[in-house]
Amino acid sequence: MATQLEADTPTDEEAFRAEVQAFLAENFPAELKNKGNALAGVDGPTDETPAMKAWREAVGAKGWGTPTWPKQYGGGGLTKGQARIVDQEFAKAGAYNPIGGMGVMMFGPTLLEYGSEEQKMEHIPAICRGEVRWCQGYSEPNAGSDLANLQTFAEDKGDHYIVNGQKTWTSGGQWADKCFAIVRTDKSDKHRGISFLLIDMTSPGVEVRPITMISGTSPFCETFFTDVKVPKKNLVGVEGQGWTIGKRLLQHERTNISGGGRLASMMGQSLGDMAKKYCATDADGELADKVLRDKIADFEIRWGSFLLTARRAVEESKATGGVSEISSVLKKVGTKLSQERSELLIEIRGLQGLGWEGDGFTDGELEAVRGWLFGKATTIYGGSTEIQNNIIAKRVLGMLDHQ
Amino acid sequence: MAVLNEEQEMLRDMAREWAVNESPVTEFRKVRASGEPEAFNRDAYATMAQMGWAGIIVPEAHGGSDFGYMSAGLVFEELGKTLTASPLLATTIAASAIALGGSEEQKARWLPKLASGEAIATLAVDEGAAHDPAAIETSVSGGKISGKKTFVHEAHGADLFVVAAKDGLYLVENGAGVTLTTRKLTDQRSHADVTFDGAAADKLAGGGDSLLDDVLDRARVLTAAEMLGMAQQVFDVTLEYLKQRVQFNQVLASFQALQHRMADLFADLAQMRSAVEAGLQAVDSGFGVARAATIAKAEANRVLHTISNQGIQLHGGIGMTDEYDVGFYLKRARVLEASWGSSSFLKDRYASLGGY
Repeated sequence: MATQLEADTPTDEEAFRAEVQAFLAENFPAELKNKGNALAGVDGPTDETPAMKAWREAVGAKGWGTPTWPKQYGGGGLTKGQARIVDQEFAKAGAYNPIGGMGVMMFGPTLLEYGSEEQKMEHIPAICRGEVRWCQGYSEPNAGSDLANLQTFAEDKGDHYIVNGQKTWTSGGQWADKCFAIVRTDKSDKHRGISFLLIDMTSPGVEVRPITMISGTSPFCETFFTDVKVPKKNLVGVEGQGWTIGKRLLQHERTNISGGGRLASMMGQSLGDMAKKYCATDADGELADKVLRDKIADFEIRWGSFLLTARRAVEESKATGGVSEISSVLKKVGTKLSQERSELLIEIRGLQGLGWEGDGFTDGELEAVRGWLFGKATTIYGGSTEIQNNIIAKRVLGMLDHQ
Repeated sequence: MAVLNEEQEMLRDMAREWAVNESPVTEFRKVRASGEPEAFNRDAYATMAQMGWAGIIVPEAHGGSDFGYMSAGLVFEELGKTLTASPLLATTIAASAIALGGSEEQKARWLPKLASGEAIATLAVDEGAAHDPAAIETSVSGGKISGKKTFVHEAHGADLFVVAAKDGLYLVENGAGVTLTTRKLTDQRSHADVTFDGAAADKLAGGGDSLLDDVLDRARVLTAAEMLGMAQQVFDVTLEYLKQRVQFNQVLASFQALQHRMADLFADLAQMRSAVEAGLQAVDSGFGVARAATIAKAEANRVLHTISNQGIQLHGGIGMTDEYDVGFYLKRARVLEASWGSSSFLKDRYASLGGY
């Protein structure tokens, strides 16, 4: 098979496209066509069928699940143009990217930037192969939006730390192999007393308790650390640098929450069409309830301009090589709109849209109810809307703190 | 801000420089003080036309530059920032009708004059207070047009009216059979009810059945571009004000309640910009124009409405004074919001386009 290409001339692109197509023909199991990647999120266990396993291993071996990551650490080493071709060809074949999760979305990019050579060699290849699931040890009961207030303490014992404390909202903690955490190494300095530590979830003293949410699911956990021994080699960067590294990781998190293809595909179906199935129409074939019709159009216009804004942010970033200043808007607006959509869907369906379980409701209806409830978290996690407002006001608009 | 090519950047920079230096809001104050129903400065308009702005969407064969709607939008945005009073928007919209629906003879007769600034034109559609292109009574018989058009923009300076009649769009020259009744609106610009009583009318026979809708979509996106400039300016001025105004020994910008309100407005403005730029680009590409134009004007209406209100509130008492500019934007905002489709009109149109 041809080696990966460095330059994106039209001929090279064609050759690479053929390489991707050949790879798909050889490796993609037909039974997985048009399925989603159950392992990518944090909301389920890892029951992997043989076909899923084979597909994950094939893509992992090429590094194409993390296409632009460096080849020496197991990534694809592809240019952005080539990565786009991989995306396009996978989509055409109905193939999902089997590599994902927090390791790919948040931790990997951060470790590539701040990690030592040994740490990258130890952790990145396993992420690229989809072999290790990571969870995030950030929030604590008294350190949510005021994240730097965290109290989990890592005591220096020479060649290792002893960690004690409690984390919360650990997404997928019950299924994770490892945790990237920010912990306190110095109690005298709020921000500079924080360090970035990698903790093995199988270590003695780690206890995970799933939290049942209002949606009836338990994707989040409380995580307790009692005298957990963590070797010094698991410190990323230097002691006291954790706040800087941790914030960088949050930028990756925000980008993923707001720009998520999952959100876009979920919102793809017209609410107007949906309403025509559930609600009365008049002689013209229009919704008889004109107030509802107006609400739907109002929503869809704003959703349309949000999609255009996401597209503009991408175009601006490409043109300038930097982050568009409106990228900070996307998380705040996208999450609000997805919540509004859930509420509208319930209004359209009436009580039929409020089923909890059992016969009489379609899978789509039941999913929408759980989605509506769980969706309330999106404006709280990943930096609440209020925190996003602070970021926009201070960093983009230059509005200063109180003196 | 959309990614621009070199020519577009030059055009925008030129428009920005001219608007700031030659046409600041003090120039609008002079127009207002003059009390002339025409409500624009003829010399300034001649300069704008010399710079090529009246011909941006006009084909090169007819004296324009054919730079497209995105480019025209850049100019209207800059002029909107300083509330430049001119018939440029009205003329550009009328020119789009002729470019889309005119015969070769009609194009050759009118487009070069419009592009050079020698003639001024405007579009006359509505016959009531609300935009309603489905309710047109004006009719043409034997080449003579009769009917009454209300609140026509820039009517006093117009040499030519592009008039919507029951069976299509007509060119009507200002002259015999045309009577203007001035309507002073809150923006203090030129508006008039125009009565046509047997005036000579020349039909725009091209452009197909959708000609009126196509022209109105262009009117919507170009108007939205002016509104974008207004919204951006009110936002910028308000942010500056909050950063220097001290109350309780603190600059207002340090209060979180105000920071969050500005973050909301910033997000709204980002959406408005995306919608307006996409609308302009859609007209240039010819793809999905109706829907994109509807989103553009609907978002322009929504966001400029909010920002113009907040512009007053956040300035406090000074924002209520005639001496301060921010009120002018509020008054112009409402006039443009009601033109070519209010928010409810546009939502109804969006739903109809979506088939629900």
